[in-house]
Order: sequence, then C-alpha cells, then structure tokens
Amino acid sequence: MFHIYCPYCAEYREEEEFHPRGQAHIARPADPEATSDDAWGDYLFFRDNPRGVHHELWVHAVGCRKFFNITRDTRSYAILETYRMGERPTVTANGPEAVPSATATLTGALA
Amino acid sequence: MSASSQTFRLAPKAGLGGEIDRDKPLRFTFNGKSYQGYAGDTLASALLANGVDVVNRSFKYSRPRGVVAAGAEEPNAIVQLGASEAAQVPNVRATQQALYEGLSARGTNGWPDAQRDMMSLVGKFGGPFMPVGFYYKTFKAPASLWMTYEKYIRKAAGLGRAPGESDPDIYDHMNRHCEVLVVGAGPAGLMAALTAAAGGVRVILCDEQETFGGSLRDRDETIDGLPAPEWARQTIERLAAMANVTLLPRTTANGYHDHNFVTLHERRTEHLGDTAPMVDGRRRSRSRLHRVRARHVVLASGAHERPLVYAGNDVPGNLLAGAVSSYIRRYAVMPGRRLVLSVTNDHAYRAALDWQAAGGEVVAIADARANPDGELVERARAAGIRVIAGSAVIEATSDRKGHRVNGARVAAIDIEGFRLSGEAEVLACDTIASSGGYSPVAHLAAHTGIRPVWRDDILGFVPGQAVDPVKGFSVVGGAAGVYALPALLEGAAVKVTQALAADGIHVDASEPPAVESIREGEAIGLYHVPHDKPTMRAPKQFVDLQNDVTAAAIELATIEGFESIEHVKRYTAMGFGTDQGKLGNINGMAIAARCLGQTIPETGTTVFRPNYTPVNFGAIVGRHCKELFEPERYTAMHQWHVAHGAKFEDVGQWKRPWYYPQRVNGKLESMHEAVARECLAVREKVGVLDASTLGKIDIQGPDAREFLGRIYTNGWEKLAVGKARYGLMCKDDGMVMDDGVTTCLGDNHFLMTTTTGGAAAILEWLEIWHQTEWPELEVYFTSVTDHWATMTLTGPEARNLLAELTDVDLDRDSFKFMEWREGVVAGVPARIYRISFTGELSFEINVQANYAMQVWESLFAHGNKYGLTPYGTETMHVLRAEKGFIIVGQDTDGSMTPEDLGMHWCVGYKKPYSWIGKRALTRSDTRREDRKQLVGLKPLEADVVLEEGAQIVFDPKQAIPMRMVGHVTSSYYSPTLERGFALAVVKGGHKRLGERVYLPMADGKTHAAEIVSPIFYDPQGSRQNV
Amino acid sequence: MSKVVQFDPHPAQAAATQSPLHHVAAKPAVGETGVTLTERAFLDHLIVRGEPGVLAGAVEAVLGLELPTQPQRLARNETGSLQWLSPDEWLLIVAGGEGFRLQRELREALGEAHFSIVDVGGGQTLLELSGKHAVEVLMKSTVYDVDPRHFPVGKGVTSVFAKATAVIRRVDESRWELVVRRSFADYCLRWLLDAGEEYGIAHQPTQPAVASHRQTVTDTETVS
Repeated sequence: MFHIYCPYCAEYREEEEFHPRGQAHIARPADPEATSDDAWGDYLFFRDNPRGVHHELWVHAVGCRKFFNITRDTRSYAILETYRMGERPTVTANGPEAVPSATATLTGALA
Repeated sequence: MSASSQTFRLAPKAGLGGEIDRDKPLRFTFNGKSYQGYAGDTLASALLANGVDVVNRSFKYSRPRGVVAAGAEEPNAIVQLGASEAAQVPNVRATQQALYEGLSARGTNGWPDAQRDMMSLVGKFGGPFMPVGFYYKTFKAPASLWMTYEKYIRKAAGLGRAPGESDPDIYDHMNRHCEVLVVGAGPAGLMAALTAAAGGVRVILCDEQETFGGSLRDRDETIDGLPAPEWARQTIERLAAMANVTLLPRTTANGYHDHNFVTLHERRTEHLGDTAPMVDGRRRSRSRLHRVRARHVVLASGAHERPLVYAGNDVPGNLLAGAVSSYIRRYAVMPGRRLVLSVTNDHAYRAALDWQAAGGEVVAIADARANPDGELVERARAAGIRVIAGSAVIEATSDRKGHRVNGARVAAIDIEGFRLSGEAEVLACDTIASSGGYSPVAHLAAHTGIRPVWRDDILGFVPGQAVDPVKGFSVVGGAAGVYALPALLEGAAVKVTQALAADGIHVDASEPPAVESIREGEAIGLYHVPHDKPTMRAPKQFVDLQNDVTAAAIELATIEGFESIEHVKRYTAMGFGTDQGKLGNINGMAIAARCLGQTIPETGTTVFRPNYTPVNFGAIVGRHCKELFEPERYTAMHQWHVAHGAKFEDVGQWKRPWYYPQRVNGKLESMHEAVARECLAVREKVGVLDASTLGKIDIQGPDAREFLGRIYTNGWEKLAVGKARYGLMCKDDGMVMDDGVTTCLGDNHFLMTTTTGGAAAILEWLEIWHQTEWPELEVYFTSVTDHWATMTLTGPEARNLLAELTDVDLDRDSFKFMEWREGVVAGVPARIYRISFTGELSFEINVQANYAMQVWESLFAHGNKYGLTPYGTETMHVLRAEKGFIIVGQDTDGSMTPEDLGMHWCVGYKKPYSWIGKRALTRSDTRREDRKQLVGLKPLEADVVLEEGAQIVFDPKQAIPMRMVGHVTSSYYSPTLERGFALAVVKGGHKRLGERVYLPMADGKTHAAEIVSPIFYDPQGSRQNV
Repeated sequence: MSKVVQFDPHPAQAAATQSPLHHVAAKPAVGETGVTLTERAFLDHLIVRGEPGVLAGAVEAVLGLELPTQPQRLARNETGSLQWLSPDEWLLIVAGGEGFRLQRELREALGEAHFSIVDVGGGQTLLELSGKHAVEVLMKSTVYDVDPRHFPVGKGVTSVFAKATAVIRRVDESRWELVVRRSFADYCLRWLLDAGEEYGIAHQPTQPAVASHRQTVTDTETVS
C-alpha cells in the first residue's frame, strides 16, 4: 500500500486515493497521420518494464484529480520523487542527462 | 469440577502466578470435558494446570501432541473454539487464547477426539511410514483420480473448519496514523515507546499477548531497583497516561506492507466470550483490523526460543525451556513433576532454577557445551542440580500410547562429527525442556522484502538492510539479536532517538534504567541432536511440529536432489500454513546445510509472508459486508420505484429499475409479461424512464468546442446553441469506448452525457488529455451527474402529456428533434432535451434533483389519461435494440471501431485535428475486410430468442471444433415485431446481408438466422421526428 | 466573455422538495450520545474553477472571502464557505437560493476571463458530525489522517469514505462536515450509523425540513 506525495496537494496521501496510469512521458506523436504504423503501434502498445528506476503517470483520482509523475524503484517499491506535469524528473536510472527528450515536453496519455 | 482438578497448579506464593486471579475461577470445556481455571489463564495454562497432556493430534501422522510453547509460536495446541455452531473459530492458539467463563474448545485434529484418535490406527494414508513427498508420489497418477484422492486427503488432514452458520459478531477496521509504531511490548518495545513518547510524537505500541511486558514477565532481574515484572507494570502505566500514546494489547502486527503500512489484528472481545458482549445495548466489533501508516516502524518482536531436534521430541511433556518458566511464573502452573533440561546456552538455565524453586525435581541439565561456566550455571550447581556437560537429550521415551514423556536418554555428543561420543543414560522424568538458542522474530521485516542475514555471534538470522532506503525502520532488542537486558534497553532508546532526530524531532535522552546484569557464558550451535541410529532409521525427530516434518524428511529431500532451501521447504512443507516456520525453520535449514555440506548462511533462509498468525475473515472484511458490502447509488426517484414494486438491476453501483411487474388478475407479471406491456406502452402511448444515472459533465471554456472535436470521432464545430448531437468516443487505438449526446448550451458551454457505467472514467479521460497533452486549451470539466434528475418521457403521447405541465412551446417546428429548451415543468425550472433512445417522440426532462419528485409525481398525476407507464432498463434495451442503437460495453467489447459498428456517419474523416482514434483507423488491422462487424440477426423461427453470447458459424455441418465467425451481443423478444431478434457481430458482416448463419447450442440444437440490418423498427426514423 | 448559460434551479414558488436523505427517519442514540449526525440539506453548492490569479479578486469582491490558495484550506464567513479542492478548483457552499445570484455576480466580476462556475447543489448534501467520538467514527471510515493534530480547524480534504468518497472538513473543535454525493448519501449514512453504533450515535432530523425557494426573482435568462 503506497504512501504517495501528491505534488499538488503537497502532502502524503494513501494509495487508495490514486489511480496508476502506466508509464510516464509517452507523448502522442505530433502528427499522427505522418506516423508509420510501426511507430504508431509503439506509441499505443509498447512500454518499458525496467528492473529499477521507472517513471509512472498517476492521478490523484479521489483528491485534487490532477495527473502527476512518480519515479519509483520497481525493486524496492520506494518512491524516489513525484513531480508535476511538464516537469523533468531529477532521479533517473542513469542520471538526469539520460532522460528521454520527451520529458522536456508535456507528457502523454495512455492509449 | 472443583479447583482440586487443577493438580498442576502451584500453591499461592509471592512472585508466582502474578497474572491469574484465584478469586475468579472459570469453568471451561475441552474436547467435551469440563475443567476449571482462573481469570488470567490462557487456555493452554489452564489445560496444563489440569494435567491435560494431549491437546491435539498431529497433522500428518496423527501423533498425540501437547503444549510446547507459551506464545504465538505454539505449533501443537491449535484448537477449534466455540460452543455453538455460529461461534466456531478455527486455528486458535491455546497459548494466546484467554480463558473465559464457558469457553468451549476442541483439538483441531483427531477423530473422534485427540485422546482416542482413530485416524492414527490407519495412519491416515499408507500406514505410519509416510515419507516426504508421499502425496506427490502416491497420488500423482492417474491424474483423473486426483479429485477423488483430494476429497479424502482434505477430510483426513483437518485444519479446523469454518462455522456452518452465519457469524453473529461484527468486525471492523480503523485507520491509524502515527510517527512511531512499536511492534512488541517486551523490554525493548517498552523502552522504544517510552523514548518516542518523550518526543511528543504519536506512538502506537502493540503486543500480541494478553499482557504487555514480554520476557520481563518471566525474569527476576531488577531494573531501577524494581523486579522486572514490576518495572514493566509501572512503565505500562506511565505510557497509558500519556495522551500521545495508544496501547493495543491482544493485537498482532500481522503484515508489514509498502511504505510502512502495517496491519494490526486486535482481538477486542475474544477474551470475554464466544460472541462479543453488548455494551449498553450497543454492538461492538469482536476483532478489529487497524490499518496503520507509520513514519517509523520499530520492530521489537523479540526472539523465539529454538527447540532442539531429538528423537521423540514431539511427545507431550516436551516443552521449550522458556515456556516452562512462563507457566510457572505467570500462571503458577507446573507443566510436570520431574524435569530434564537440554540446553546450549545459559539463559535456559532459568527453567531449571524456576522449576526447583517452585518445588519440582530437576533430574539433570544436559548442556551441549564442554565447559559451561556462566553465572546461572553456577547458581544451578550451587542449588545441587546435576549438570552433565558435553551432552544432550538424544531421545524422549514415552508411555505405550505416546501420551507423555516417561524418560530422557542423555548421551555425550560430538557436534562436529554429528555422532554420540558416549553411552546413553536413561533418566526417568515426565518433562523434557530444551533450548537450542534463540531465533530473532524477523517475520515482519521479511514481508517487505528485507532478507534475514545470519549472525554467527548470536547463532541466528536477524533482519537485514531495508531495501527501501527511504523507509523509517529499526529493529531493537531480541529481534535484532540483542538479548542482554542492559544493552537491549539502551539500544532501543538510542535507535528511536536517532530515528526521530532524522525527522528533526529531538528527544531528551534520559538515563537508561539501571539493570542488574548477569554474566552469561557463550552459547554453542546445536540444532539436530545425533542419535545412536542414523537419522533415517532413528525414531522420528521433528523439525516442524505443526506440519509433521522430520529431520529424516529434510535429509531425504536433499538426497533426492533438492538443494535450494526454498525447494526443500516446498517439498517437505516445512514452515507452511499458519506456522510460518516459527520454531522449526532454523533447525530445518541447519539440517539441510549439514546434509549439503554447507554452512547455514550458504544454505540461506526462506522468507515469510503475511499473515504472521491467522487472521479471521471477519477482521479482513470489516464492515464491508452484507448491506454495507458495496455502495448502492440511488436516484432522486428511488423511493418511488421501491414503492411501485420495481425490480432493480445493478448498473455499476447504481440501482436502476429493471421492470415494474404489475398485479394482473391477482398474479404478479413475469418479467417477460411486464417488459412486453412496457414496450407496447411506449410504442403506442407514452412511457417514462428514470434516466438520472447517465453520466453528465458540464464543459465550459472558449476551447470547449475544439476539445470536443478532438475527443469525439464526429464534428462539433457547427453545432449551434440550442442543439444536441450524438457523439462517439474512441481510445487512440481506434476502438469505441463510450457514447452519448452532448448539448450546446452556449458558445462556450456544453453538457456531455456518458454511459451510466462510464461516467467517472470518461471524466478522468477528458482530464488526462487536457492535463497531459492539451493544457493550452481553455476548458474546464465538472461532473453534474448527481445534480440533475432526468426523466425520459417517450411515446406518441409524450408531447400531449408534457404540454399540460410546461410553458415550453413543444410544437414540432419550434422545438425540433435534437434540440433543447429551458422552461418550467410542473412548477420547477427544467431543461428539456428532445432526444430519443427509443425511436419514439421523446423529451428528456432535467431538473435539480431535490425537486425531481414534484415533477415525477406531476407526470403521473396528469399521465393516467394518456396511459403513462413507467418502464425500466429491460424495456429500454428492447426498444433501443429494435432501433439498432448500440450499448457500449454490450454490443462493443473494446475491439470494435466505429466502422465495425457501421457508424461511418459518425466519423469526421475530414476534421483538421487528428482526433483520438483517427490514426488507428488506417492501420492494416483496422482496415481488414473480415473484421467482426455489427449486424442484425433474424432467427428463422420467429419465437426463438437467441442466447446472448451464442457463437455464430457459417457452416453447421463442419466438424467440431467449428470455425466461429462471431457472436450474439444483444437479443430480445420484440412485442412490437412479435418475434425474436438480435444484434450480433459477424466477420465481414456488412457485406453479408441476407446470408444465413447458424448458432449451434450446448443442448445440441442449432438455430438458423438471417443477417439483416441492425435497424429492425422504423428505419426512416420518422416516429421520433413527429 | 464566455458564452455560458446560467440556470436557476429553484422554483419561483415553494415546491415539494426531497433531500437525498429524506427517506431515512431520524433516531436517537441507544444509551448515552457520543456522536450526533445531522443532514444540512438544500444548501447551494457551486464548483468554481480557474487560475487563482483570475479568481481571487472577484471572489473577494463578491463573497468577501480571501480565495484559499493553500492546499486543503477552508475559508468561511457569513456568506458561506469556500474550500480548496485542487490548484484550480474550489467548492463554494452558500445558503439555499443564494447560489444563482452569487454566480451571476461572480460572472459579472470575472468578465472575459477563462473560468467555470457550475451549480452542483442538487448533486450533493452536507452531513454534520459532532460529539466526542466523531473522530473515531471518521477513523473507521476514511484513510485520511483525521487526528486533530494533523487536521486542524479550517482544513478540508477530498478522500476515500468507506467504499465511496467524501469531502471532509473540520468546522470547529467538535464539529466536522462531510460533503457526499447525492447518490451515495444513503450508503454513507448507513455506514456512519453502523460505525457510530458503539459510541452511541444520534441521527437528527434533516435541517431545514424544506428548501427555501428562489431568493431573488429572476427570469431564467441567458447570461452572455
């Protein structure tokens, strides 16, 4: 049962108030019609499953209803940080420089 | 029964039996026999006081078993509690069950009872020689017989039984939050709580026993000049007086979950009776689950004494050394008369000293060490007790029935060589107590993935490093392998002070209490005592008493090739079930290590899972049962529906009227009759539906229209104020996820409706796109589902009826189909939408929910002459299906595109923005011509109503398994068409109109049907446009 | 100016009204009363959305309340209460019949700005919980930390309530408010009566018994 710091409510809240929405920083291709079937399929269906640091999109569903990101260690379940939409993570598997460029833009929703 | 039956109860004496009240005798029955004990007793202490040796039969071999321990680690004295059928509770540890007047218990295993067990004669299965893996080997073939075998195995095994009647008690949950949760109220736990409480933070202290104090209850060292039990009592009083401290006795920390979430199981009234007594006519819960979120968890769960593994070590009369002290000191109960003690350490000498002080005979102490020389050893020698150094009890002998120890074979042993180094001597005795050292209780820590690590200096596993570095977690006292009182008290205070300091909370470190220290000699590692015969041929040497796992079984498992300790555990069942390896695990690992020629740390340990001890289902469920199992959502007209005899259908959490059966000629209509009547009323006169459950979302903002265009498949740029439009929503994979009518209230103001079940998910869907992809769009979404009550008035007479109640001009040319108007209906401000889900002339009347009944009742007050009929969801389904209107989630299943549904008319291919789902519609898979497509099915026989879900084939003569090409999604009898009809999905169905398909049914019948348009009624849509 | 339609839900003349809990009869506690539960019905509830910088001035001018921009903060005066729900969302509760006028005044004060005000008064009701055991009843019902040390007067949160959700607010030292959705109100009430039984829970009659009708006579105009 996670204890999650909501960056908008500015306090720790119980997991029951949240919904996980999968991997974070999946941006919708800017021009879908110009996107190949393969690339579109990747965007829709393919997700990372790392052992270790992972960035996830969550929503404070029973609360402020805001979406935000969680950086979580999938081994220990430790939540390393939470950050608002549009912000970059400061904790990544290989240091801040390894953050995919998509994080510089706004993050995307799940298909 | 008189007190004289308590032949093993000691006479009153200072310092003995401090926890019982001899002025409060209690009657209880065990296996049908009546006994007496005292208030303050546990069931186990009362049974021992009455000389009850055999309390149970063992799980696999049906061997007689007696009480071994005094706490949660008890493997044998597991009972079925409850005098009445409804009050039955299985798997209760007699060592943790407080005695109460009228308590009734039975041993869990054994038929007809533990004393006269019939199963042992047949040895259950395969006689008394059941090797490890017996079930796997014996019953593995033929596979088809397993179900038969299993039935009998289950019957024979017996792990208690659930009550056959409804539980009269209630259970509940309580959510708690604290800065420091201390698990265990022994010396370290009390010290930790005291320290944390001084910091002013919220502290919860729990302990699974009836009484706080842990090992202090059994010690006579002095702390701050007070005897240990007295110091404990005073400390508990101090804590109880502090407002920031919550004390929870009889409360087991059963699960340690992520981020310091701990579940505590509090037995609130289990010590008072079979059922929870009422207080002032009010019920209270029998047990309670506390869901605790703690900033810091301090594990002070102590250590379990490890028994030695020797032959016959399961016969009643074999106990843990510490348990002997507990029974004498706490309850003034002697578990026997003549004691032989077999030890590897100094601490356990207390058992012999207590035994002798209480008037019992200590025959000898067999000490595995060559030169024991600690202070307690000296005391024993000075008291005239025979200490046999370098030896151990190698076998317990017993009476013929195996009901009680009658002697101990003691021999000199060579631990390194795992053999005897001298002749065995037989000592007559009735009790053997053993201590092979102490195992820190690392269970809780292991729940969150903290692996135990072996420490040679204390000969035990202690919790290792927390895997989550953020977590506030410390281990103190025996659980950390710290056993000496001074070090343990100081260590607990220091760790808690440091933990709080990390959070900026300063605790004034008071002087640790002055403790009398006792010099202890070094302990030696001995787990499995050698016998004069090889392990495989020696009398049974038990490792796990609850699961009947022997040393020979573990040896055999290693011989058969099981090398991983996790595999050995699963092959032998060691540490399974409710036991969770409390007594046997370390011994089992030591034996496996020796057989594999490894060290214990090389062999490793298994880990533990929640729950630490069994939790009753009631406590897990709490109040989420019966009428509070699940929320029931009611509309504003719900009480009217109830009063008018509606049958209800669950739609999500909503209770929706399903149909309203009427009494016709004294007989209540069937559903079929009621639905037929309701359908015809709507088609011929007028009906009304409570449609309040539809999801409603208010959308405001200058970009509202743009947003709708991106989220819906169809176009919204031209929808004028005053108009409404049907919209279809896809996920980005192109599959339909929801639909509904959205109305343009103002240029920047829309009201979206969603399916009843989809309301919350769609609001979240709108938000996720707005918040993550299009934050630049100026638009806000607010749920108004509950605010509006919605009444759908539909049928040819709808206009005539409504006209009597409203000031709105309902003329067909001034209030057109797919428009809305604002006005007053029955005196109440209303919005009226002219939309239709039935195909008939329809008006949806929306009013603020508090005023709904005024409008609803006015409709009926005026509606009689028009034949106004309330109808439910079943009729709604029939009517919409006749029109081919889909229900998302019934006619779709997450794999249907708008095109599959034949709804190209609802797809804005030319919209400038690539709306959600558009791109996917040109993927190769979504372009396939043989996708399943929505069609109508007309059964060839008019009275056939196809089964929903029935599979469709093109060729009914083909061999099984047939090629399935689709299935029925909706199917009803139409009273209007006077025939059965269905909606279905069929591969390439849109191009197969007029073709015949077949539906082979489970009963052997095959139905034939013709593929037709899904619109069965009024295909021109003229009836809704009148 | 946003083209948004305002709607006054209240009848011009008194009409029959039913609160979400009208069907549950009040009942005194068995034995000593430890908790008291009262439905405060027919208030006007409005959801106000917008950026704080956009809303603050208008809110202050119309309601006389400082817009609470700190999370979980609840402001209150004689006009009503205004609670932070999210960085761009507030719950305004005022006397029944006042909502339409206040919404219009807010809209006028906000002019062309981007914001949203939505009437949700028919969709939720307010339950008041008081008495020495109110906190324990809440602890049985919500995962949120309602310990008075963590939940001072003037705080309000949205959280899980049994298997539903509720807005939980602390009004003063001994009184709490729960804002629950109409459709869940019956479930929440039954849950509270059950959870409060051991403390002696009294269920008071709904107040007021009926809604006040329209406060200011207006036609149902479209504000543009």
